[in-house]
Amino acid sequence: MSENTRATNGRVLPVTDLSLVVLVGASGSGKSTFARRHFKPTEVISSDFCRGLVSDDENDQSATRDAFDVLHYIAGKRLAAGRRTVVDATSVQQDSRRQLIELARKYDVLPIAIVLDVPEEVCAERNAARTDRADMPRRVIQRHIRELRRSVRHLEREGFRKVHVLRGVEDVDNATVVTEKRFNDLTHLTGPFDIVGDIHGCAAELESLLAKLGYVDGVHPDGRTAVFVGDLVDRGPDSPGVLRRVMSMVKSGNALCVPGNHENKYGRYLKGRKVQHTHGLAETIEQMETESEEFRAQVREFIDGLVSHYVLDGGKLVVCHAGLPEKYHGRTSGRVRSHALYGDTTGETDEFGLPVRYPWAEDYRGRAAVVYGHTPVPDATWLNNTICLDTGAVFGGKLTALRWPERELVDVPAEKVWYEPAKPLRTEAPGGHDGRPLDLADVHGRRVVETRHQGRVAIREENAAAALEVMSRFAVDPRLLPYLPPTMAPTATSHEEGYLEHPAEAFAQYARDGVERVVCEEKHMGSRAVVLVCRDAEAARKRFGVDGPTGSLYTRTGRPFLDDESVTETILDRVRTAIGEAGLWDELETDWLLLDAELMPWSLKASGLLRSQYAAVGAASGAAFPGALAALEGASARGVDVADLLARQRERASDAAAFTEAYRRYCWPTDGLDGVRLAPFQILAVQGRSLAGLPHDEQLTLLDRLVEHDSTGLLQTTRRLYVDTGDPESVRAGVDWWLEMTGRGGEGMVVKPIGAVVRSAEGRLVQPGIKCRGREYLRIIYGPEYTRPDNLDRLRKRFLNHKRSLAIREYALGLEALDRLAEGEPLWRVHEAVFGVLALESEPVDPRL
Amino acid sequence: MFLTITTTGSPERPATDLGFLLHKHPEKSQAFSTSYGTAHVLYPEADAERCTAALLLEVDAVALVRRGKGKGRGGAPDAALAQYVNDRPYAASSLLAVALSSVFSSAMRGVCNARPERAAQPLPLRIEVPALPARGGPELVRRLFEPLGWAVTVEPVPLDPQFPEWGDSRYVRLVLESDALTLAEALRHLYVLLPVLDDAKHYWVAPDEVDKLLRVGEGWLPEHPEQKLITSRYLSRRWSLTREAMERLELVRLAEADDSEVEEIDNAVEAESETEEKPTPLAVQRRDAIIAALKASGAARVLDLGCGQGQLVQALLKDPAFTEIVGVDVSMRALTIAGRRLKLDRMGERQASRVTLFQSSLAYTDKRLGGYDAAVLCEVIEHLDLPRLPALEYAVFGAARPRTVLVTTPNVEYNVRWESLPAGHVRHGDHRFEWTREEFRTWARAVAERHGYGVEFVPVGPDDPEVGPPTQMAVFTAVVNVNDEKEAKAA
Repeated sequence: MSENTRATNGRVLPVTDLSLVVLVGASGSGKSTFARRHFKPTEVISSDFCRGLVSDDENDQSATRDAFDVLHYIAGKRLAAGRRTVVDATSVQQDSRRQLIELARKYDVLPIAIVLDVPEEVCAERNAARTDRADMPRRVIQRHIRELRRSVRHLEREGFRKVHVLRGVEDVDNATVVTEKRFNDLTHLTGPFDIVGDIHGCAAELESLLAKLGYVDGVHPDGRTAVFVGDLVDRGPDSPGVLRRVMSMVKSGNALCVPGNHENKYGRYLKGRKVQHTHGLAETIEQMETESEEFRAQVREFIDGLVSHYVLDGGKLVVCHAGLPEKYHGRTSGRVRSHALYGDTTGETDEFGLPVRYPWAEDYRGRAAVVYGHTPVPDATWLNNTICLDTGAVFGGKLTALRWPERELVDVPAEKVWYEPAKPLRTEAPGGHDGRPLDLADVHGRRVVETRHQGRVAIREENAAAALEVMSRFAVDPRLLPYLPPTMAPTATSHEEGYLEHPAEAFAQYARDGVERVVCEEKHMGSRAVVLVCRDAEAARKRFGVDGPTGSLYTRTGRPFLDDESVTETILDRVRTAIGEAGLWDELETDWLLLDAELMPWSLKASGLLRSQYAAVGAASGAAFPGALAALEGASARGVDVADLLARQRERASDAAAFTEAYRRYCWPTDGLDGVRLAPFQILAVQGRSLAGLPHDEQLTLLDRLVEHDSTGLLQTTRRLYVDTGDPESVRAGVDWWLEMTGRGGEGMVVKPIGAVVRSAEGRLVQPGIKCRGREYLRIIYGPEYTRPDNLDRLRKRFLNHKRSLAIREYALGLEALDRLAEGEPLWRVHEAVFGVLALESEPVDPRL
Repeated sequence: MFLTITTTGSPERPATDLGFLLHKHPEKSQAFSTSYGTAHVLYPEADAERCTAALLLEVDAVALVRRGKGKGRGGAPDAALAQYVNDRPYAASSLLAVALSSVFSSAMRGVCNARPERAAQPLPLRIEVPALPARGGPELVRRLFEPLGWAVTVEPVPLDPQFPEWGDSRYVRLVLESDALTLAEALRHLYVLLPVLDDAKHYWVAPDEVDKLLRVGEGWLPEHPEQKLITSRYLSRRWSLTREAMERLELVRLAEADDSEVEEIDNAVEAESETEEKPTPLAVQRRDAIIAALKASGAARVLDLGCGQGQLVQALLKDPAFTEIVGVDVSMRALTIAGRRLKLDRMGERQASRVTLFQSSLAYTDKRLGGYDAAVLCEVIEHLDLPRLPALEYAVFGAARPRTVLVTTPNVEYNVRWESLPAGHVRHGDHRFEWTREEFRTWARAVAERHGYGVEFVPVGPDDPEVGPPTQMAVFTAVVNVNDEKEAKAA
């Protein structure tokens, strides 16, 4: 028989794409052959294979218990991952099937049975032909078949949602399996959608909202699709009107609808079940009295056909009535339906006698946005990528819709209070003002952060542990810590005489990466500082959920820069005023700004380090050399030959003096804010936008305006020079600029591609900046005597690859944090990337680089 | 890296005999290679009246850093050396002491074949060390040298004359003078006391270090009034080796990235109390009060949130009423020490099954902390910045929700009763705040109100009628236990 005729003559067996398929048949009935023919090899797990795994013998019956443990474990992992799984075991006993049904329920997938009822002779003949089963007693097959026949009628009652029985060899051989999608899987629909919250019979408000959304008689001219989150009926003045509108839009393909608990209850009423006429059902029943019997029948059918939730837009959007945790998305079980309709409750009741709802959205960490209703709130707000659209239209609130993918909210006010609420509307959206923390599972242990610029960035466990310690004990509130700056690689090691670093290498490196235009920015002699500044306390409260501070000022490991909060606020105030004077709030359409900057002097923050390490070295050398040189001079005067040693000690003494000069440039006294200077060099993000990709020349122009409008002397400009890496003349000017600046004691400069986020021809992310540190400054890093030729020779053997890789990974995480912040992603998503930067900072890398 | 030894003499007993005693010829400059660089001996003056020998150690700083390559922070196995910019090339540190003992080894033993009689006799000596690192300052320098018969002149070296407000450095200029000591004695004093004053953890201690100290200290160390300090500092370098093994390099790097010293952030465990075996009476009283309150609540499964070095966990383990004890801390160092203290690796299976230690943070919710009978926050909240306290509150009372929560914290009013505590100071460097009884109670009552707990207050330690007890404890008891009902529903 050819494949063709088999396909046309045989039974067609629909099998849901995500399901647990249980093959039921005696030993030798051809289950493995059937599975091989109709399913992918990886979809099938056979008990024989598992027996072999645990005992080295596929027919060792004493290993059965362990083998099934393994089988259930593997099946569980596959189902949890959303993969269809076919169990190839006899499954003729009810008890073994019961375990599989429980497994399917546990992972909320459909259990499907395919029964292979093949005559005993055929089974026996096939077994006899197999060396490993040739001695299987005939009575085993007989028992299998007896048990199969006994159970086959009960399979649906046992819980199988689909049962296919194939009788006889021909039936088995001719059958075809077709994969069916789940009803809730509408991932192929991309909208755009207008998702409408709980209507509760407010027909007039619905019509106003549809009109405001641009629908004309239930049809949108741009082909948009309305999606209703349920609770169309009850309490309000015109439930039949709402049903009529929604049903016709669904029928004509202009809308989708998921059921709410109110439809569900009304549907049961229509089917003649006994339900309590409470919570506004009485109004619906009464209004429907005047409708035709035909309409009521249509309503019954409509409600009956509603699917509890939909997965839309390639999996990016989930719509249901009462919210749904990620593990239930696209799943099919009574439990999933119940959560979609009623949500989860804690088991408590509140002071109004209503069940306390479990805040599932607080725990939500899924990538898909979940749009739902059910719980009336004053305003629709996003929490962890979920949003509740029930804004209490029937209680005199408003009817709200969400435009997707635009994520815009559109609402119309209620015409009146149609129904008195049992309790006042209040926001249950948590996370905002009461300081609810992030979850440890978002940051702890080995993690991989997905970044859009550099793919997956891995974080090791020990680094996450260190970051956890610093983040928990020292960092500012994570809500005010939306970014940490990445580390920066130095320029390739120079072989120029007397130099370890020289800008020629940086220009050459960018030229090789295909970057033609770079900006050289003066490296300020201070400490890195990130400044988050909001327009006022209210803006800080609204966007960042904090009560009190108007922003934050923190170091490169997220610690508050200054101990005194009031001094921080004074600095923020000065920056805020400058932003206002420069007109940047309106120009950038934002009421907050995130700045990358340098705060000076270095001694302001690093005074402990300066004193205990740098000044100490200066003091020790200053005390030791005069005596040593005098001793050598004395010996020399007596005619002892110490000429070489004396010359060398004089050089060392002068190196030490140069070192002392080098660190002194970083110290100047400050009194309050007098003497403190802040040099912003990049605007990282504003409301709705990451500015990390804004070219540096435009950045600096904006920042110059900021500095110009500061009348307090706090803000300082960043000097810069533009260089064309392909033009020797321009490169020479760049080198001269650096020589001149560092010759006067400057720290050096940072060379950046003008285009900010730049990729090489091969698509690699190029270094966002390369630092070229001054010859004298490097004494602080490599020690006073690093410039001695033999020392330089040894120090030139430094390895930059790890530092460069680290710089790129941290940069990608930083960009990711900014993108997530700009897109209004939940706090844990921003924090995940920020935490990643801190964790990577604890990777082992030569700290002198 | 530099010191001079001067003696005076007469035509009969020429000062130049110093050359014989040191086994180094006064008319030559000699170089000796040591493990840290080249040591030079030369004589700036040498005649019958006055003879000075100078020891100059040229430390190879780059090599010093490279020595321990591959062992952590940029390479070096110990903290002081790993700093690329360090004082070793300039200060008269223990490196100089090591050079001293190898260049003048015979002299240190008192061996002099050319002038055996002079080696055994005291001679006028003047020793000058221009840059001596001295932890403990001039005061300690005197206490160490004066009992040995030295006239001591010691002047502190300012940190940076350009910034007088920074004060003195940890270096002093030291001049020792005596007529009563032999050269060998003088060298032995320096050999032991230079590293003791330096007190840096940078020396590779050999197993025979104790023997060496006994040998070199013979005749002067046993009677020295500071013998205990000298011995413990000299040998503390051995302890620092064990400490090294658990050095949290990740934290070191995070401190470095932020231009701060690692002590600033890796301070969850106090260095002193780590070795301290006798706990303070207040700590014992606190522990007793906590255990009494736990017993009264009937708790069997207990969380110690912020368990530190595990003292409370250890005490709880002794009582079989506590069937499950979980010690949690954010500091990995604390957990390592706690694990060692509890001897987890040697504990019997049954005992071990009662105790778990893991890292967590109260700035985040942690599902693993749910479902316990009681949680203890013993001297924890005051280590959090006040703005982060709501996060802890939610993590404990909102998310973990044990039936009983015990919180202890210092009562700042009592601080006036601590004699050793300067006015206005907190009791511990890392305390971000200390509360009065009223402040603590206001906070505790608000927390209880917000999360459905009742709260009572218990004094710990002597309850002073005026300022209250040194430690205050709040006992929170859940009014409705949400967890129980959640579990019931899930079942």
